[in-house]
Amino acid sequence: MALTSTRRRTTSVSAHRDPVLLGIVFVGGALGTAIRSLLGDAFAGPSGSWPWTTLAINLSGAFLLGLLLEALVRSGTDTGTRRLARLGIGTGVMGGYTTYSTFMVETTQLSWLPAAAYVVATVVLGAVLAWAGIAAAKAVVPIGGDA
Amino acid sequence: MTTLLIAVCGGVGAVSRFVVDAEVRRRVRGSFPVGTFVINVLGSFVLGILTAALTHQADWLSPTGKAALGTGFCGGFTTFSTASVETARLWLTRGRSEGSRYAAATAVASLLAALLGLALGAVIA
Repeated sequence: MALTSTRRRTTSVSAHRDPVLLGIVFVGGALGTAIRSLLGDAFAGPSGSWPWTTLAINLSGAFLLGLLLEALVRSGTDTGTRRLARLGIGTGVMGGYTTYSTFMVETTQLSWLPAAAYVVATVVLGAVLAWAGIAAAKAVVPIGGDA
Repeated sequence: MTTLLIAVCGGVGAVSRFVVDAEVRRRVRGSFPVGTFVINVLGSFVLGILTAALTHQADWLSPTGKAALGTGFCGGFTTFSTASVETARLWLTRGRSEGSRYAAATAVASLLAALLGLALGAVIA
C-alpha cells in the first residue's frame, strides 16, 4: 500500500487522481482567474473594442509559463517542490490567468479585419513570447542535478 | 463576493482541465497536444453559448451566473499560455511547420466552436 502511494506521487500519469495535487491546481487556478477577472474589471473596454486587456494577459502568461516550465526542467526532475510549482503556478495560476475562450468570443465581436489581426497577433506573439521565455530560462538557469 | 465566486469557478475549471488533459493524454499518444486542443475548443463553445444566452436575456442565466461560468469556469478551464508553450516546444523539437499547424488548428477550431456556441445560445435563450 505504501509502495502504491509512492508510485502514485512519482508518476505524472496518475497525478490527476492525487487529492493534494488537485487541491494545488484548484488554489492556483482560483488565484489566476481572480487576477484575470480583476484586471478585466479595471481595464474594461466597450464590447467590440480592441481587447487590450486579454491580449496583455495572454501574452504575459505565455512568456511566464515558458520561463517557468523551462526553468523547472533545467533545475531537476519533476518531483517534490518542482512538481508542486509546475502544477500550482503553471497549470493552476498561469492556466487560470490566461484564457482561450474569452480570446475567441472577443474575436467574434470584432469586424473582419480587426478580428483577423487580433487572432494572428495573439497566436503568433504568444508562441514567440513562450519561446522567448524558454530561451530566457536557458540563458539564466544552469542545468542542475539536485533531485 | 462575485470575484470570490468567479475565483472558485476558475479553480474548478483548472482542475477540470488538469483531469481532462491527463485522461486524453492517456488515450491518445503522439506529439500533437490533443488534450489542450480539446479543452480550448470545448471551452470556447461553452462560452459562446453563455455569451449569446446573456445577450438574449435567457431566463436561465443571470449576469452573475454568466460571470461565474464564463469568466470563471470557462476562463479557468481554457488556457492560452499552455497552448503557446506547446507551440513553441513543437517549433523547437519538431520544426516550425508542426508547431504552426497546431497553433492554427487550435485557433480555427476554437473560433468555429465559439461561433457554433453563439448560434446555439441564441436558439436556446
